[in-house]
Amino acid sequence: MKHLLSTGDLTRDEAVLILDTAGQMAATQAREIKKLPTLRGRTVVNLFFEDSTRTRISFETAAKRLSADVINFSAKGSSVSKGESLKDTALTLQAMGADAVVIRHQASGAPHTLATSGWTHGAVVNAGDGTHQHPTQALLDAYTLRRHLVGAGGAQDPSGRDLDGLHVAIVGDVLHSRVARSNVQLLHTLGAHVTLVAPPTLVPVGVEAWPCDVSYRLDDVIDTKPDAVMMLRVQRERMSSAGGGFFPSPLEYTRGYGLDARRLAALPDHAIVMHPGPMNRGLEISADAADSPRAVIVEQVANGVAVRMAVLYLLLAGGQTPVAPQPNPNRSAE
Amino acid sequence: MSAALPRPDGSTPSVPPVTSPSSTPAPQPAPSSATVVLGEAEIGRALTRIAHEILERNKGGQDVVLLGIPTRGVPLARRLAARIAAVEPGIDAESVVGSLDVTMYRDDLHQQPTRSIGTTDVPGDLDSKVVVLVDDVLFSGRTIRAALDAISDLGRPRAVQLAALVDRGHRELPIRADFVGKNLPTSLTERVRVLLAESDGRDAVLIESTDEPTGGAA
Repeated sequence: MKHLLSTGDLTRDEAVLILDTAGQMAATQAREIKKLPTLRGRTVVNLFFEDSTRTRISFETAAKRLSADVINFSAKGSSVSKGESLKDTALTLQAMGADAVVIRHQASGAPHTLATSGWTHGAVVNAGDGTHQHPTQALLDAYTLRRHLVGAGGAQDPSGRDLDGLHVAIVGDVLHSRVARSNVQLLHTLGAHVTLVAPPTLVPVGVEAWPCDVSYRLDDVIDTKPDAVMMLRVQRERMSSAGGGFFPSPLEYTRGYGLDARRLAALPDHAIVMHPGPMNRGLEISADAADSPRAVIVEQVANGVAVRMAVLYLLLAGGQTPVAPQPNPNRSAE
Repeated sequence: MSAALPRPDGSTPSVPPVTSPSSTPAPQPAPSSATVVLGEAEIGRALTRIAHEILERNKGGQDVVLLGIPTRGVPLARRLAARIAAVEPGIDAESVVGSLDVTMYRDDLHQQPTRSIGTTDVPGDLDSKVVVLVDDVLFSGRTIRAALDAISDLGRPRAVQLAALVDRGHRELPIRADFVGKNLPTSLTERVRVLLAESDGRDAVLIESTDEPTGGAA
């Protein structure tokens, strides 16, 4: 694994390895001394062309907990606002010796361009590109799902296991959501069944080809007893006016697709409520649902650090040599 | 792409694959070149002796915590704990044994393919305890250096001691074992393999000759 660009590139075994590594990373974060010397001397650049607080802080925390040096680069107030191209920015970072570039960009495919152009030799991690992919968010969602729902509801160690048999409903603005796209691919790879729920105007063209079901009615899907409900943020900034013509009014959207106390009560007892944040309270999720004990939204943020530590470790820790497919069974001989 | 990643390390001592060389990462040596230097009975006797030496040195089992280094150190630590519990009343084997993964503290991460991370599971607090590190083979000493770093992030033990089933020499750091099952003078072209019933189906220590010098990673 040289880069992490899309969850569609991950095999089941790779995804499970990332989740298992994240589990070990999470265990180290419960200690008094959370810092590990693993990536000492490595440099991670956070290249953020789009506003983000939690993802950038999460990547920064993850890199610092592994002792990497972190350089934060945001487009605002940088030479990008003077018209510098992605290529020249990347060449500058290469000259500074970046071992990994974590990139968020408003254009779908920008991380792919960066990874395949030869502008930088470092590993490229996609931290969200346009409406395309946000792989570390999907991985932390999968990690959270596995921790709560696999292995007797979290009673046993879920290491090595996938999400076989789980039913996850992803509700809301699927059209603009890279989180939904990443999750559909990853959760499918891990064996879960995904149902997308959205008004017809917010379902992307070509969704028939995705490995999931689509429904236009949230109440019908809740009747099928999903194991988890993932609420998506209504991305008002990507819409022109109040509803942007995608729905008649915010109140109408809330009635049809918002998670309120009534719908929360109709979910099975073991079901968890997720949200990638930031939440529009009162629009896609009510305060009752967001603050209920079944909401794991704050835990998702904490798991994000562990998952990003795992991704940085797997991309950066090893040497240049190709990796043998065996684990290291014979420390004694090495 | 899947070939470019290691599989999760089977650090829990379960599901033994078929015996031995199938799990060797290097080219497999011909079976005829492997010499058995310790059998099941000798390994058992060595562990019993080490268990008593630990109790003698520490004047009893009070405050002793056994931390095995994955993969093979963990079952060895469990066996030592069981032997200590058998002779020392009031000691519960389960509550004095743990595992300490040192992968993230190694100094050779950049020279090696990405290693998968094993489990660290420390029983309680290490402060003012006597930690006995347990590993199967003591070689360059670099694993133990990494383990000492890992311990200092977890607490401040009163003392750290080292038990190894086999000491094969060729130290690259000023580190020595307090308790040794067997000293095995080896050449760098030889490979020492420890097989344990928990992970390999049988107990044995083998010396195999290889063509290339074995690197000093462990």
